[in-house]
Amino acid sequence: MTNAMTDAPLLTAEAVTKFYGARIGCRDVGFELYPGEVLAVVGESGSGKSTLLKLLSGQLAPSDGRVLYRMRDGVTRDILTLSEAERRFLFRTDWGFVHQHAEQGLRMGVSAGANVGERLMAVGWRHYGKIRTEAETWLERVEIDAGRIDERPTAYSGGMRQRLQIARNLVTAPRLVFMDEPTGGLDVSVQARLLDLVRGLVADLGLAAIVVTHDLAVARLLSHRILVMKDGRAIETGLTDQVLDDPREPYTQLLVSSILQP
Amino acid sequence: MSALATSGTVAAGGYNFAYLDEQTKRMIRRAILKAIAIPGYQVPFASREMPMPYGWGTGGVQVTAAILGASDRLKVIDQGADDTTNAVSIRKFFEKTSGVETTTHTAEATIIQTRHRIPEKTLTADQVLVYQVPIPEPLRFLEPRETETRVMHALEDYGLMHVKLYEDIATHGHIATTYAYPVKVEDRYVMDPSPTPKFDNPKMNDCAALQLFGAGREKRIYALPPHTKVVSLDFDDHPFEPTKFDHACALCGATHTYLDEVITDDAGGRMFVCSDTDHCEERRAEGHRGALLGEAPAAIAGAAE
Ligand SMILES: Nc1ncnc2c1ncn2[C@@H]1O[C@H](COP(=O)(O)OP(=O)(O)OP(=O)(O)O)[C@@H](O)[C@H]1O
Ligand SMILES: [Mg+2]
Repeated sequence: MTNAMTDAPLLTAEAVTKFYGARIGCRDVGFELYPGEVLAVVGESGSGKSTLLKLLSGQLAPSDGRVLYRMRDGVTRDILTLSEAERRFLFRTDWGFVHQHAEQGLRMGVSAGANVGERLMAVGWRHYGKIRTEAETWLERVEIDAGRIDERPTAYSGGMRQRLQIARNLVTAPRLVFMDEPTGGLDVSVQARLLDLVRGLVADLGLAAIVVTHDLAVARLLSHRILVMKDGRAIETGLTDQVLDDPREPYTQLLVSSILQP
Repeated sequence: MSALATSGTVAAGGYNFAYLDEQTKRMIRRAILKAIAIPGYQVPFASREMPMPYGWGTGGVQVTAAILGASDRLKVIDQGADDTTNAVSIRKFFEKTSGVETTTHTAEATIIQTRHRIPEKTLTADQVLVYQVPIPEPLRFLEPRETETRVMHALEDYGLMHVKLYEDIATHGHIATTYAYPVKVEDRYVMDPSPTPKFDNPKMNDCAALQLFGAGREKRIYALPPHTKVVSLDFDDHPFEPTKFDHACALCGATHTYLDEVITDDAGGRMFVCSDTDHCEERRAEGHRGALLGEAPAAIAGAAE
């Protein structure tokens, strides 16, 4: 991280606020995310984690504040001012979005190969053989037997579906991936394997990621920094290990102590 | 097409000329003009109830009614044939409501309404081909939401079309889509030529005739103006190939036409004959002879026998 390009933040949230009518979705959240950095957003149910993720990825317009993103050409843009075409282009090239429920992020009606190849075709790949080879490579990278490339995700287990969703997102080498509870709903042993995989990929690819989770163990394993949310506000933020080992806020102390319970 | 000259005419039987009232025709003509101005783009229109059920070509019928003039000669085909129930009833409908001349000869027609086929004889600048379309949206296979497909067209977000073709190759080893094979129009809009066989796709490209597509139930009109570039979607390593037949037409011997397989008796006998009956009859009249000519039952061989 020596040159000016990588020293500039990839994504900046400035006092991002969202009201659903009179109800607060999230309020005054600000932070900077650097290339290759993983930020965990933690907090209890209803604290505004998913709302924040939608605001950051431009799927929801903030009531106040703004989100800036440094595009591949080096120009930093307010994501709200992107045209729909630019936003979609970001979503199939430079960004990934991993949903908690793989079914929301996959096309269940087509094969695994088509699921992984879709982004490539969307950006203009027109050679079937090359698309297929690339899909096979990615299936193996997420530990799915390439021999199952022609099966539909409906024939996959929950853990495999989630890994397929990850491959589908990473195939265009995005710089930033949003994940909403990527291990939620999976068996504990499956979770552990998936987390290992994600951690390896993030490190290998130098990905930046924003991972929403209510599981502090996930945050500990994946993230460099952590942002603790309560009632829509970011009440504590810092290096993950520091915050989890030595929480300053009483609420964070409560969260941390509660996971130590069996 | 001399539609304007007919305004206000009342045909025998008390119908307005070509059934639709003049206001409705004007509305449809406006949609047609817009469709011609934006080749391949689906223009919404206020589709009317027609005295026939959806699925019987109400979209095509409305387009034909809107462009038909007293001096037009109309041909109607279904699966290439002029004598199928659907073609006969639409032809009768226009004979009754407009009194225009009808014909089965492609070369003599000024307007040809079709379901499924493009005539084998090369169309000319004096002709209009009107397609009856059941499903106008090529993206529906993978994206059922209309709001989303509209945005995808607007943004040229067409990756999904290739997902469908990819899936075809993964499943069948080749692109198995043989009907409603998607095309790109003037390097811009992806269009469904539904439900014509892909055999006819190359005829759409650079065609001298105006091609109009009407979908009644779905309330959409789209168009290919004369000499529009129409390219069938494919992959570099799996290029588009029109259907080829291993047989010649059993009646006229043609080797370059679209053939239908016809069961000739209840003992499993079968033969391959041109689906374009007018073209086949014309060839026989010119002296072309297929292998089974003379043996085929009269019902299949038709009038030129
Ligand atoms: N579409 C919506 N309309 C109205 N209120 C909403 C909407 N979405 C979220 N909220 C409210 O905003 C607040 C934050 O919700 P959000 O879904 O962001 O929480 P979360 O931290 O993701 O919770 P969970 O862990 O349960 O997923 C909650 O009070 C919620 O009820
Ligand atoms: Mg949530």
